[in-house]
Amino acid sequence: MTWVNDVVQGVMLGGFYGLLACGLALMFGLMRIINLAHGDLAVLGAYLVYLLLEHWHTSPFLAFLPVLPAMLLIGYVLQRVLLERSLRSGLLVPLLTTFGLSIVIQNLLDQGFSPDDRSLGASAGGVATASWQITSQLSIPAIGALTLGVAIVIFGGLQLFLSRTRAGRQMRATAQDPDTAELVGINSRAIYARATAIAVAIAAIGGVFLAIRSSFTPYSGPTYLIFAFEAVVIGGLGSSLWATLAGGIVLGIAQTIGGQINPEYPVLAGHIVFLVVLASPRGGLLNLRRATA
Amino acid sequence: MRDAREGSGPPAISRWTRLSAGFTTGFGGLIVALIFVPALGAGVVQDMTGLLILVLMAVMWNALAGYGGLISIGQQAYIGLGAYSTVWMCNHGANPFLAMVLATLFCGAVSIPLSFLLLRFRGAQFAIGTWVLAEALAIWVSFDNALGAGTGTSLLQLDTYAPGPREHYIYWLTLGMTVVFLGALFVLLRSRLGSSLQAIRDDEEAAASVGVRVVAGKRILFMLAATGAGAAGAMTLANTLFIEPNSIFSVNYTALMIFMVLVGGLGTFEGPIIGAIVLYFVQHQFGNDGVWYFVGLGGTAILFALLLPRGVWGALEERTGLRCMPLGYRVARSATPVPPAQEPA
Amino acid sequence: MSLLEIDRLGLRHGLLEAVRDLSLRVAEGETVALVGANGAGKTTLLRAIAGAHRPSSGVLSFDGTDITRMAAHRRVRLGIALVPEGRRLFPALTVEENLLVAAQAGRAGRWTLETVIEAFPMLARLRRQRAATLSGGEQQATAIARALVTNPRLLLLDEVSLGLAPLAVDAVYESLARVIEEGATIVLVEQDLSRAMNVADRVVCMLEGRIVLEGARGELRREQITDAYFGLRRAGSVDA
Repeated sequence: MTWVNDVVQGVMLGGFYGLLACGLALMFGLMRIINLAHGDLAVLGAYLVYLLLEHWHTSPFLAFLPVLPAMLLIGYVLQRVLLERSLRSGLLVPLLTTFGLSIVIQNLLDQGFSPDDRSLGASAGGVATASWQITSQLSIPAIGALTLGVAIVIFGGLQLFLSRTRAGRQMRATAQDPDTAELVGINSRAIYARATAIAVAIAAIGGVFLAIRSSFTPYSGPTYLIFAFEAVVIGGLGSSLWATLAGGIVLGIAQTIGGQINPEYPVLAGHIVFLVVLASPRGGLLNLRRATA
Repeated sequence: MRDAREGSGPPAISRWTRLSAGFTTGFGGLIVALIFVPALGAGVVQDMTGLLILVLMAVMWNALAGYGGLISIGQQAYIGLGAYSTVWMCNHGANPFLAMVLATLFCGAVSIPLSFLLLRFRGAQFAIGTWVLAEALAIWVSFDNALGAGTGTSLLQLDTYAPGPREHYIYWLTLGMTVVFLGALFVLLRSRLGSSLQAIRDDEEAAASVGVRVVAGKRILFMLAATGAGAAGAMTLANTLFIEPNSIFSVNYTALMIFMVLVGGLGTFEGPIIGAIVLYFVQHQFGNDGVWYFVGLGGTAILFALLLPRGVWGALEERTGLRCMPLGYRVARSATPVPPAQEPA
Repeated sequence: MSLLEIDRLGLRHGLLEAVRDLSLRVAEGETVALVGANGAGKTTLLRAIAGAHRPSSGVLSFDGTDITRMAAHRRVRLGIALVPEGRRLFPALTVEENLLVAAQAGRAGRWTLETVIEAFPMLARLRRQRAATLSGGEQQATAIARALVTNPRLLLLDEVSLGLAPLAVDAVYESLARVIEEGATIVLVEQDLSRAMNVADRVVCMLEGRIVLEGARGELRREQITDAYFGLRRAGSVDA
């Protein structure tokens, strides 16, 4: 019955990927921006936590508390200074800007922290290594359950924010029709900045989990970026955020089962499942439109 | 409405202007001159080969993104495929230079079925699809021991040629490939496809409604871009002699292509060439490696995105209205006035 | 002093001049109808007043304030609201959410979510329905309600009868009549000449980006407007 264990592990891995993908989906859904620096921003969050932990011996989760507002600010500034201008010149230019940003972040991190492997697993203590043995073939690692739990809370929270709050409603309106949103009194630029701030902060949360689960270097960003992208596209570019979490879970399960077949296969298995989903008639699990621009 | 008496004859459509005729002649002359570069010595030849490869990559990426509106972040799939299929063919006895040409064509052939998968999409799904494809290919190749697996491989068969002549042959083949692909793109853009592509770029649905075969047009560009990238890959292998999956399939190639095209000018013919030259100089001034080189590259990309999003050539074309390559149409009225009997009552 | 002053306004679409050197004044409480063929520049003009289109030349003033360069969302705070051509409701939002979003971003005043639904009773049962599923007439009512709920001093209406059945148009104009009675200032674009002449205090006819005819209700004959509309010159009239 090891396949049950695989699926469970895959679901938890999917929670992690969903968390990484959440901010990406938000920015794309609202502004049609493909943020190629998203993975690097997650890694940046991890490094900031690492920096704090060098002076303050506590758990990474506590150390993240001051990093959260910093990342919110970074996201806000990123939107207002860089991406807002880039958006005006068409949809291709933000690609260049975020690519440039990605390279700059990676190399500045290299400069500041050296390219050595690091991990926050040790500082996380018991959480990183503990697990619950359910049956002889099924065990649930604490960190996996925690990541999935946090992912569900964040997705749920974001969904509630979008559907029930005033700011969330404004965001949805702006996503559907930015021109008309302005005409009913919504400051679209402020909305965009808020969204990027949230997206970057969530990316950083993903980064912390990334750093606890495995080691990371300044150049780890793109590896996780592609998983996040796959999660978004597998889920489908529909109107629900949950699609992205679903996509992440499908990817996680694909990778875990692929890894069972052959330890060298997990990433390739994920790519193959991605391509199969892309080739399918709907092009994504919850795609509302076939070929979105 | 003003009634223009002078120049109210039938419109005359011309494709060449004095400027574009002069420019094209000059361009042709440059290409002829480039044939003689090997006379300048060994170091220069290898560098020029590198520059030509950059030009090829930039022009082909621009063909897809600038003229087709399709942003691919996975052209490195064909770069790697071109390189590795060259190795494979040589391992099976082919002459290295013949293998390079065949590998290029092979990439074009492979792109046909891939186009059916990818061209259903635009935007983000297309872009990410291309990237995942490249990554999947890289991993697949890294499993193949005959191709050197993860550690990499060389084109040992080139050792049968002495270093001097070998570099010359590689250079001339690269020059030939670059000219062929530039020529192919030029012919494509001057043909009916060129106008179709402009229409597709502006409004796909409207273009389709007037009979433009949208997907067919994109497919031709897709194949051209893939073949060109394959050529760049094969020539990169020849010019550097050692490749490994991580580097030849690396998304960094896309970073370079985006940089060259956006700095030079997206959607212009001359722009990518200028962008390649700029990158070439940056690489040679600041060294090809090291943290600050990349920070500079990334920072320059950001500055261009913010301040000069149309690139150097795009901005130039916009300010001056100059069109150096004869790719457009000029409509002018001749000076023959219309006889009064034919005027509307 | 007029509520809205447009001074030598120039509007472009790329290189094309949509509105040329246009001047117009709208007094508080007036209802002005803008008529003209397609492409005359009427929609562009309304959008420029609302802030969705940047002028290339000229000055826009609202209640004495220069709003030429002001962002659209800030104009809503000042009291300008546009009901856009084609309604442009937020499709995935419900009727109530469409109204709420505008109510919370706009000004305070007698129009609230509840009072506006009272004024448009058909919306009461549609509250929880997604805007994309509404009929044309229902969408139009929602769009007008959405503009009203921001408590505008100047209400701009772009072709509210477009694509609607005549009965639906009647209903729309009935609601409008009430709003007009209460002293609102309105500029409306209307293809149906009879309706325009019925509801407006003043009719302004545009052609190719300019005002070619302007007159108060009763001053102008229908034929005059029609001629100006099509840019026709009748025998005996002066060549431009």
